[in-house]
Amino acid sequence: MRSEDRLAHPVTPGRIALHLFLAAGALASVFPLLWQLSTSLKTLRESRTQPPQLLPESFAWENYLQVFETVPFGRQFLNTVVVAVLVTIGQIVVCSLAAYSFARIRFPGRETLFWVVLALLMIPSQLFILPRFQIMQSIGWLNSLQALIAPAIFSVFGTFLLRQFFRSLPLELEEAAKLDGAGSLRIFWSIMLPLARPGLVSLSVLSLVAVWNELLWALVVNTSPTMMPLAAGLSSFQGQHGTDYPALMAGSLMAALPLLLVFFLLQKQFIEGIAFSGTKG
Amino acid sequence: MRSSSATEMSPRRRGISRARARETLTGLAFIAPLLAGLAIFDLGPLVATIGESFTRSLGFGRSEWVGIAAYLDFFVDPVALGAIVNTLLYSLGVLLGIPLALLFAEALNRKGLRGRGIYRTLYFVPVITMTVAAAMVWKWIFNGEYGILNAALAVVGIDGPYWLTDRATVMLAMVIVGVWMSLGYNIVIYLAGLQAIPTDVYEAAELDGAGWIRRFVSLTVPMVSPTTAFLSVTTMISSLQMFDLVYIMIGPTNPAIDSARTIVYMFYETGFIKQDRGHAAAIAVMVMLFILVIALIQVRLQRRWTHYEV
Repeated sequence: MRSEDRLAHPVTPGRIALHLFLAAGALASVFPLLWQLSTSLKTLRESRTQPPQLLPESFAWENYLQVFETVPFGRQFLNTVVVAVLVTIGQIVVCSLAAYSFARIRFPGRETLFWVVLALLMIPSQLFILPRFQIMQSIGWLNSLQALIAPAIFSVFGTFLLRQFFRSLPLELEEAAKLDGAGSLRIFWSIMLPLARPGLVSLSVLSLVAVWNELLWALVVNTSPTMMPLAAGLSSFQGQHGTDYPALMAGSLMAALPLLLVFFLLQKQFIEGIAFSGTKG
Repeated sequence: MRSSSATEMSPRRRGISRARARETLTGLAFIAPLLAGLAIFDLGPLVATIGESFTRSLGFGRSEWVGIAAYLDFFVDPVALGAIVNTLLYSLGVLLGIPLALLFAEALNRKGLRGRGIYRTLYFVPVITMTVAAAMVWKWIFNGEYGILNAALAVVGIDGPYWLTDRATVMLAMVIVGVWMSLGYNIVIYLAGLQAIPTDVYEAAELDGAGWIRRFVSLTVPMVSPTTAFLSVTTMISSLQMFDLVYIMIGPTNPAIDSARTIVYMFYETGFIKQDRGHAAAIAVMVMLFILVIALIQVRLQRRWTHYEV
């Protein structure tokens, strides 16, 4: 098949033009990150040469240290990871239970209820922010990780995604388990949830990206630097070092890197998960 | 088993109705955590925001009822009008990335193309790059004095502007970043759409002597119109809520802020800098109305737009 393809598509000017076009797009896609890396290793003086040098003369690693000295970067990194992990676990528990019920358990009013919940998907999150802030204020959760975690757990989109997944699973397994006398919770936990693993992976990937990117809510609810996640922390770092681009690039690259590494490890799940959702930033 | 009140029901039917009741209880119990969370964090706040949008904050947590005054303000407040125009310009600009994505997807979908997987991975990198980090590096690229973009333009003899502080170019710069962030996603979705098109259609067209451009315009474009519709709506919905780029790349003291301020950025300024909650609530409701209009247009268009038949 492969060799046939090659025979049918020899190297022609058209092929070369095609690859040039594709390579130009690829370069435009990754150049900003490469430039970020290069700048992060320059001295401040070097970053301001005209015309700019593509590569640093020697590696100025101290930019990276400076990030840790200026903002509690390690703490903010930990905050982001903790929030991401707990939001993901919370979403998996809450959304998969609801999704299984919407997909498989029969009760009156189920469809109406589902459409009401789904309608919330159309509401932009800004509509929730002011009252959510008041809730957090009244229960003393301002400047806490709970404030970042709790509202993110109840995901309508996650429920929708997993419902689609449960609906695509065959009915036979469940019916066999029912005949054996297994209860709903047991069927859900030991049969359906393991089968829905690809859906759970997609959901985890999406919640990871969402948590990592969330800026507005974090800015509003956690103003203390030690309680900020990375996105908000970086913006406060920028506030203090507005023009020290080597340090800014070091910080933003370190903040962006974990997501990129996970992406290279789990490419298929990432692309499928995000392709399914249609939401980012 | 109870025997008192079940005289008219046969034991079997009683068993069924009991099983039904049990199933209903189980179903509701499984949904209860989600519903409780949504009631607290979504539904309650939704109602509260809409209510608050008809009030004006007087400070110290007090407010007075002003009806639709905050909404009427949008039509006379130049800042609000500017934010609406900026948001629409940004959204329309990012929409232009969609045909570009189709070109890339079409190129990637060529039979026997080598390196498809690598290209796809590289195109996806911006989608997975943290938005704040991307905004910061783009701010550096666009820097008027030391930015690499102007250095590259200087090579071909163009004296580049101060992209982010010039009112004439700031929106263009934001649109470039918006397109850059969304292109990979659009390409992946289009690629899935293209791969769903049966190949015999193309083979027939090729036999009829239709060239590449002809096949692209009269076969590919109509065949992927459902994908185009989907992407247009998702792009509009996320662009209408743009905040991060303005906050990171522009900021309140930038001389070009009036040409960059989006509606959601104005929401943040109004609600959390000026602390005018009533006005901010009205802005949030307006974002929702914009999105509902887009959704309605989509439902309308989908009927007309999605023709696969050749």
